[in-house]
Amino acid sequence: MARILGGITTSHIPAVGNAIANKMFDDPYWKPFFDAYPPIHEWLAKVKPDVVVNIYNDHGLGFFLDQMPTFAIGAAHEYHNEDEGWGLKPLPPFQGDARMSWHIIEGMVADEFDITSCQELAVDHGFTVPMQLFWPGLGDNPDIPRAIPISANTVQHPIPTLKRALDFGKSLGKAIRSYPDDIKVVVLGTGGLSHQLDGERAGFINREFDEMCMEKIVTDPESLTSISRHELVEKAGAQGTEFLMWMMMRGALTEKVNVLNQNYHIPISNTGAGTMLMECVD
Amino acid sequence: MSIEEFDHHTPIPGTTLFDGEMAMKGYALNKMCYSFNGAAARQEYLNDPMAYYAKFKLNEAQIQACENKNVLEMIAAGGNIYYLAKFAGIFKLSVQDIGAQQTSVTTEEFKEKLLRQGD
Ligand SMILES: [Fe+2]
Repeated sequence: MARILGGITTSHIPAVGNAIANKMFDDPYWKPFFDAYPPIHEWLAKVKPDVVVNIYNDHGLGFFLDQMPTFAIGAAHEYHNEDEGWGLKPLPPFQGDARMSWHIIEGMVADEFDITSCQELAVDHGFTVPMQLFWPGLGDNPDIPRAIPISANTVQHPIPTLKRALDFGKSLGKAIRSYPDDIKVVVLGTGGLSHQLDGERAGFINREFDEMCMEKIVTDPESLTSISRHELVEKAGAQGTEFLMWMMMRGALTEKVNVLNQNYHIPISNTGAGTMLMECVD
Repeated sequence: MSIEEFDHHTPIPGTTLFDGEMAMKGYALNKMCYSFNGAAARQEYLNDPMAYYAKFKLNEAQIQACENKNVLEMIAAGGNIYYLAKFAGIFKLSVQDIGAQQTSVTTEEFKEKLLRQGD
């Protein structure tokens, strides 16, 4: 049966992609951010997951407002990035695991989560930046796992509640663990933490709230479900709602987790950047 | 919370919740901006902005906001920041440039403000 080894969170800011392309790892602005990643590389090299379930939120590449799924799961054999309007370079295609995707979709719909399945899905920076961060070299990295993208809507309200996000993760975890192949899986929760790009409040960051979320997501994720969506916008900023991805990831892990690595740094671009590695405790 | 209790419009200062109402209002503008995912569309826009606005049926306020490259006006006209970021990309404006414009400071001052929050 499939096993979930752990979960990893990271911000997925587009500027990080540029910084990687330009090898800014030791630049004074970037170093406090990039220093969080080598310990995660070491862990990944040790545990060697076969599949990564990458939970992110599309930012207007894969989906438009004409048809906006609340929860979408990729079921393609392969995923490609695009230039996103900024002339981003094409990355090597990401290998999917369509058979496992369909197993997850079957399992979750049976569990009464209504999923949008995607046999084609252009993946944006929310998906690609974390892949670049965790598996440097991408296609040239022999350890890069097969990837299953999951996107939740944070573009347009109503967005899912924090409780729904956590419950989604629990159902996802059950579906993964019921997969008959003996494979190892890691789950990513990408995005956040606090930031706001739009309006007169642009540039808003909330360290205190972020640090509370990073603590509670380990010890008591259920307690975070009492935060309303409106309060999440207020406390985390309009785009800080991406914290929902972290909740989805957390739900898929075991109740108790060991934090093997964590980092928080302000600012990366307009954002409070949080990185965490949590190992499942069986 | 019961469904009846939910109020999308409790104001958060300096923040517009992009909900169904805004999504209806801004549909044409956002659809145009979404098209800028493609390089050919960006070029077509640059060749003749007025024709491109007409193609997507933008209203007067949306056209004016685009012509002014004014993000707050674009948001007021129903724009969603994720799509507007693709419009901004045509003019090589970063999220710091956009943030500075919306908060009436220079880009350098805006970056300073971000750095200070790390202290
Ligand atoms: Fe994002």
